[in-house]
Amino acid sequence: MKFFNFIYSLFFRSNFFPIVFILTVIGIFWYLIAIPMNTEKVERKFKNLNSTEKIIQSWNLEKPKLPTPHQIVKEIVNTVFFKKITSKRSLVYHGWITLEATLAGFFLGTVLGILLALGIVHNRAMDLSVMPWVIASQTVPILAIAPMIIVVMNSVGVTGLLPKAIISMYLSFFPVVVGMVKGLRSPDQMQIDQMRTWSASSNQLLWKLRFPSSVPYLFASLKVGIAASLVGAIVGELPSGAIAGLGARMLAGTYYGQTIMIWSALFTAAFLAAFLVITINFIQNYTLKKMAILT
Amino acid sequence: MNLYLWLFFGIWIIGWWLNSILSKKYNSNLIRFFVPTFFGIIFLIMWELIVLGLNINPVLLPAPTAIGSKFIEEIPTLWIDFTQTLIKGALSGYILGCGSAFIIAILIDKFHFLKRGLLPLGNFVSALPIVGMAPIFVMWFGFDWESKCAVVVVMVFFPMLVNTVQGLSIIDKSRQDLMKTYSASYLQTLFKLRLPSALPFVFNGLKICSTLALIGAIVAEFFGSPIKGMGFRISSEVGRFALDMVWAEIFVAALAGCLFYGFIALMEKQFTFWHPSQQK
Repeated sequence: MKFFNFIYSLFFRSNFFPIVFILTVIGIFWYLIAIPMNTEKVERKFKNLNSTEKIIQSWNLEKPKLPTPHQIVKEIVNTVFFKKITSKRSLVYHGWITLEATLAGFFLGTVLGILLALGIVHNRAMDLSVMPWVIASQTVPILAIAPMIIVVMNSVGVTGLLPKAIISMYLSFFPVVVGMVKGLRSPDQMQIDQMRTWSASSNQLLWKLRFPSSVPYLFASLKVGIAASLVGAIVGELPSGAIAGLGARMLAGTYYGQTIMIWSALFTAAFLAAFLVITINFIQNYTLKKMAILT
Repeated sequence: MNLYLWLFFGIWIIGWWLNSILSKKYNSNLIRFFVPTFFGIIFLIMWELIVLGLNINPVLLPAPTAIGSKFIEEIPTLWIDFTQTLIKGALSGYILGCGSAFIIAILIDKFHFLKRGLLPLGNFVSALPIVGMAPIFVMWFGFDWESKCAVVVVMVFFPMLVNTVQGLSIIDKSRQDLMKTYSASYLQTLFKLRLPSALPFVFNGLKICSTLALIGAIVAEFFGSPIKGMGFRISSEVGRFALDMVWAEIFVAALAGCLFYGFIALMEKQFTFWHPSQQK
């Protein structure tokens, strides 16, 4: 009976079935559109094929205009499981380089964001003067400065992880600032008055009331922030002629016309993003349960 | 310590002091405008002084005055880049992407099943590094603005879709019943009740997408472009270490981004004046 309930909820209650349905539609559409997109190349490569053979060939070209899902999956499996992790052709190696920069930038961005939020909440001068600029900073296409940051830091002698992490930091601090300011201000007047009647110092007010009530907001921001960090790290690898990392992999794919390589790097990036967001989601649920905010 | 550095610290302290007094004592709209502006001006002056004081190589960090003069000097080039990247690439993609997402959101809103599948997927795709699609689109649509437009369309599509669908799924039972008692048709309910009440979400989506559009158009140019455009100029001038020109381009991008965002915020005020968030 329990099993039956599980199956029932999987199909009719949860979003599982609709998602699978839409993914299937996308997959079918993908294979269909790959046929006309790749025919030109097939016709150039092979002569005298009947239409069935043509279709099969268009799904299995070496450098197709649009690679099919099974080719991408095959490439990912090949480069993840059948190459040595330290090898330059292993996606694990490239993924790790990008992940390192993402996590470093995410950490820096979170710390910076929390500090700024604390300043903004505690100091009215800072609230009035900094907050508008924090918001304005996001209407600026930050990623456009990525190449400059990297080249400038390279010429000072800072290379590798740090320049990419700084771009990630810039992208991820904003959601944290906005979320934390909102969270630190979320206790209502009654709760603050209660603390005052206990003659709590402003430090106690911060640690015992404001900070705990900001935690749910913090996690919501962290999820946005880590996705932004990953984008920052990947774009940071594009213009600098980096040799390692998922962004560099995409760039190399463009130079050599290796479309399957670009798509497999893209998919890996997508998996990485999903993994990071799910991890934070997991930590969030655990923490909120421990704090008895989420039951 | 030279004169510039003394001035740097002096202005820092005076600026800090003035701003904290202003923000503590008074509270009016004028102050709300004046304090951040003052902060910005002090910041620029401090930037200028630290560059002069520490003799920072202009290759690393040009002074604001150098950037300003470069900006005025290069206005024709900047204008060409602006039209190529922001008008042709970003704006066309923004309109196409947001428009199609809006229409598709209205269409799938009728089908609960599709909505349940698309919302989580759309949320997921919005978190993906879609800029990575740029090299693929450059291969498909060529070097000119069409490929940039395509990147922007894909980047803005899902955030816009998710926001519009969420806005449309706000259901106020009593209002819908009222529409029913008026025997309003589906279209009437849509245009007179549901779309207006979805507008705050739609504008939220439009705001998020405005920044994404600029980013998409500029980053796509890193992968190949004709010899004009902001992304092209940034990456080639960085290669020549002409950082004042890069900063001038960034200034243009920032200005365009702020104006664009401000325009949407203004429209939001006009159309959603009834929403609690718009009332003080």
